Amino acid sequence: MKRLIALPFKKSIEIAFQSIRVRFFRSLVTTTSLVLAVAFLCFMRSCNDFAQALLNSGDVNAYQALIQAGFDVGYGTEVISTSAKQRWIVTLSLLVCIVGIINAQLMSVTERFREIGTMKCLGALDRFIVRIFVLEALMQGVVGSLAGSVIGVVAALISSLFNLGSGVFAVFPWQALAFSMLVSIVIGTGLSLAGVIYPAIIAARMQPVEAMRLEQ
Amino acid sequence: MAEKIIVRVSGVTKDFDLGKIVVNVLKGIDLEIEEGRYLSIMGPSGSGKSTLFNMIGGLDKPTSGKVFIDEVDIAQLDAYELAWLRCRKIGYIFQTFNLIPVMTALENVTLPMTFAGVRNDEAVEQGMELLKQVGLEGRHAHKPTELSGGQQQRVAVARALANSPAIVLADEPTGNLDLKTGEDIIDLLKELSSERKVTVISATHDYKMLNVSDQVVWIRDGKVEKIQERSELEIRTGGLK
Repeated sequence: MKRLIALPFKKSIEIAFQSIRVRFFRSLVTTTSLVLAVAFLCFMRSCNDFAQALLNSGDVNAYQALIQAGFDVGYGTEVISTSAKQRWIVTLSLLVCIVGIINAQLMSVTERFREIGTMKCLGALDRFIVRIFVLEALMQGVVGSLAGSVIGVVAALISSLFNLGSGVFAVFPWQALAFSMLVSIVIGTGLSLAGVIYPAIIAARMQPVEAMRLEQ
Repeated sequence: MAEKIIVRVSGVTKDFDLGKIVVNVLKGIDLEIEEGRYLSIMGPSGSGKSTLFNMIGGLDKPTSGKVFIDEVDIAQLDAYELAWLRCRKIGYIFQTFNLIPVMTALENVTLPMTFAGVRNDEAVEQGMELLKQVGLEGRHAHKPTELSGGQQQRVAVARALANSPAIVLADEPTGNLDLKTGEDIIDLLKELSSERKVTVISATHDYKMLNVSDQVVWIRDGKVEKIQERSELEIRTGGLK
């Protein structure tokens, strides 16, 4: 027990939070791609939620509005599902997003080589470094996808108002929207975490002497 | 009475493989460093003193030979033990200061204590005390960018002493400082080392260091050229100054 190196969890959170705050602009850029991708995902889902709610209402006018808005509904249609094209576009946007996150995090690691090397000289273990990066990504992920999903829902509401008419208020699908937001936030946070793992491992494996040798 | 040997370097060689050619930077170094001394490793750039320095600090592994710190072969240590050694036994001071830019002076000093498992309030108290000792009272909330080079190096000195290490390794501590500031840092190091009985090992080509060193190791071409005691030095430095 004598040879114990510790980094309390609270302290890791503090360090991660501070890093984000100090490099606010960089974090913002990293997070923006996530916000956009999540907003898009949430928008798609929410639009369908509104349409589904209208369809469930069984109103004839709503039915007409749906057809006019270009939804593929016929007699007996009970579920409005995302089209293959929609799914493809969303997947693509999420892929672009994760590549963007990996890129941004790799740059952030390079920028902080010396800082990481110094921490290792002071006795930090590899997993502290990984933990700090993962915590940063987690914070960015949660905040970013929360913002993204709110933007998505609001955009879907506006779009549905235009396309489907004010009838959407009558059948406002609270539960479905909340579920869509939750799904988007989970996916967004997951993407943020997935994007940071490789850069964090690179950072953690670095020998302190290499970090010191680099010119800043 | 013979002093305790804190660092022992035996037959250390280091090759750097540059692909086509292999450079022998260290060609068999034997060195014993007694506890509580102020030792300077002198040599022209490219002589291998930084490499030797990294070996002593456990930052790099020798190609052959062994480095013992407190009679423990550091090549035998696993990642945890090495981290522990860096955290508790050794304090590092760098030419480029290497403070963590996002942290305040106080947080920089308390970070190694946090790693060592010191409680936060205790660490803050000790950190403040250390900052006071290095003459930075009242600057604890400043970020490194808000401090001058000399002040940053003072924070680095305080950080190196945070866990009361047995050894402080200083790699060209005055390399990025002007003459006067460099002298201040050297005096500070000397003062703190004699006060706290810490072994200070510094790699340098700054002749100002000679005045305070108990022992000077001259490195040339990857070998120890000569080791001089302070008493022998004064005759020489008299000539130099």
